[in-house]
Amino acid sequence: MMRRLLPIATLVGLLAAWEALVRLAHIPAYTLPAPSLVAATLWDNLASLSQSWWFTVKITFGALALACAGGILIAAAFALLPALEVALFPVAVVLQVTPIVAIAPLILIYVESTTAALLLCAWIVAFFPVLSNTLLGLRAAEPNLKDLFRLYRATPLQRLRLLLTPGALPYFLAGLKISGGLSLIGAVTAEMVAGAAGRETGLASRILEASFRTETPKMFAALTLLVFTGVAIFIGCNWLSRQLLGRWHTSETR
Amino acid sequence: MTQAPAPIHLDHVSKRFASGVVALDDVSLEVGPREFVSLLGPSGCGKSTILRLLAGLDAPTSGTVRAPALAHAAADTAFVFQEPTLMPWASVFDNVWLPLRLAGASRHEADARVEAMLRHVGLDDFRDAVPAELSGGMKMRASIARALVTRPRLLLMDEPFAALDEMTRTRLGADLSQWWQEEQMAVVFVTHSVFEAAFLSQRVVVMSARPGRVTASFTLEEPLPRSAAFRLTPRYQEFCRELSAALERSA
Repeated sequence: MMRRLLPIATLVGLLAAWEALVRLAHIPAYTLPAPSLVAATLWDNLASLSQSWWFTVKITFGALALACAGGILIAAAFALLPALEVALFPVAVVLQVTPIVAIAPLILIYVESTTAALLLCAWIVAFFPVLSNTLLGLRAAEPNLKDLFRLYRATPLQRLRLLLTPGALPYFLAGLKISGGLSLIGAVTAEMVAGAAGRETGLASRILEASFRTETPKMFAALTLLVFTGVAIFIGCNWLSRQLLGRWHTSETR
Repeated sequence: MTQAPAPIHLDHVSKRFASGVVALDDVSLEVGPREFVSLLGPSGCGKSTILRLLAGLDAPTSGTVRAPALAHAAADTAFVFQEPTLMPWASVFDNVWLPLRLAGASRHEADARVEAMLRHVGLDDFRDAVPAELSGGMKMRASIARALVTRPRLLLMDEPFAALDEMTRTRLGADLSQWWQEEQMAVVFVTHSVFEAAFLSQRVVVMSARPGRVTASFTLEEPLPRSAAFRLTPRYQEFCRELSAALERSA
């Protein structure tokens, strides 16, 4: 009960303090809008904002899906062929450490479709945690269990399916929790750099657009949608992890 | 001396690891097809290395090893580790099914066999439980069920009861004695407990450490399986004394 109520109470308290501050200190809306005004703005612009929100969600989940697929495939390839890892891991690190804001303009030059460019940017940001965690998990199989599989002459495919894959699952899910948040960050950052291009625009473009017009309440409204999306991804990943690991893994059994 | 080679033996076997450590130095050992042999010795005497050689998981540096795992189908040899070594994500049923599954038996084909084995070790009420929901003794029972499900000719056990509490260990020891009696298999049982070796074995091989050598071998002429009452007999106590003294001498 305490665990649920305390964070909600804190959040409500913060919003109330914010509202009070704005009203009592007569802060103008273009500097800092009150939460009530943000909510009203969000309601008034719901139709257009939700269209942009949907675009951002599509990029985010597209990138996350590609990050999972790419991360898992590359990790499996690295685990099967150690030489491949020695050769390619530096490339993965380079992609990981280079700030996405710095590469995004280049990607926009090389990739013609804006949607594809945005997906690529978000993918670069998101795939590394899945890759490194899954790789760690594939390597973490218990040595005695590996010996047992050897003793019973398991085929490589049986080993992968019955031993390595379930063993790597908790590690992959830990990576997914990080990548989920990162893919949203990637999607927004890339769109910030790319700017509004084409018919479809995401929430980042709306924030930029609103900032040019000093429509601060609208910026906050778009921001609120982003926050909700991020929190939903976080909750979804935790739920998935509990569903898949709840009974057997120490991270989820209490 | 010309004798027909036993189906399970080590002949002048040495094992030196890449680190330079000599785990085994000129060890010869024979195990009869239905014999229960314990390897008794301090840690570092190469007991576990002998098991790995007999399982075909390691190769000797010199000498020859003969064992079912090196000659026949994989399922002829079973291994029980010190830890239960169960797949934490799989149910008790799926864990016991594993050796049959790896040999190509579907869940349906293996069902009767696995079910019977679970009854045999007293886990029939726990077929759908995952290892995290079992006690230490029950996990070890599942591990032994997995080993026995293929009806192996050779069962290798590496200090399987070392991590269990005294009462559980005593009960599992008596049960193991019973199970061995019912199966047509040889058992090589590694332990550092004099009492465990004296209770379970037909023969105890005492080893010394660094390098691992065989220093003594004792035969215990007492019919098996033995009941818990055997622990109270003077014979058992005398045997424990003999083994302790031999262990002392070899140290």
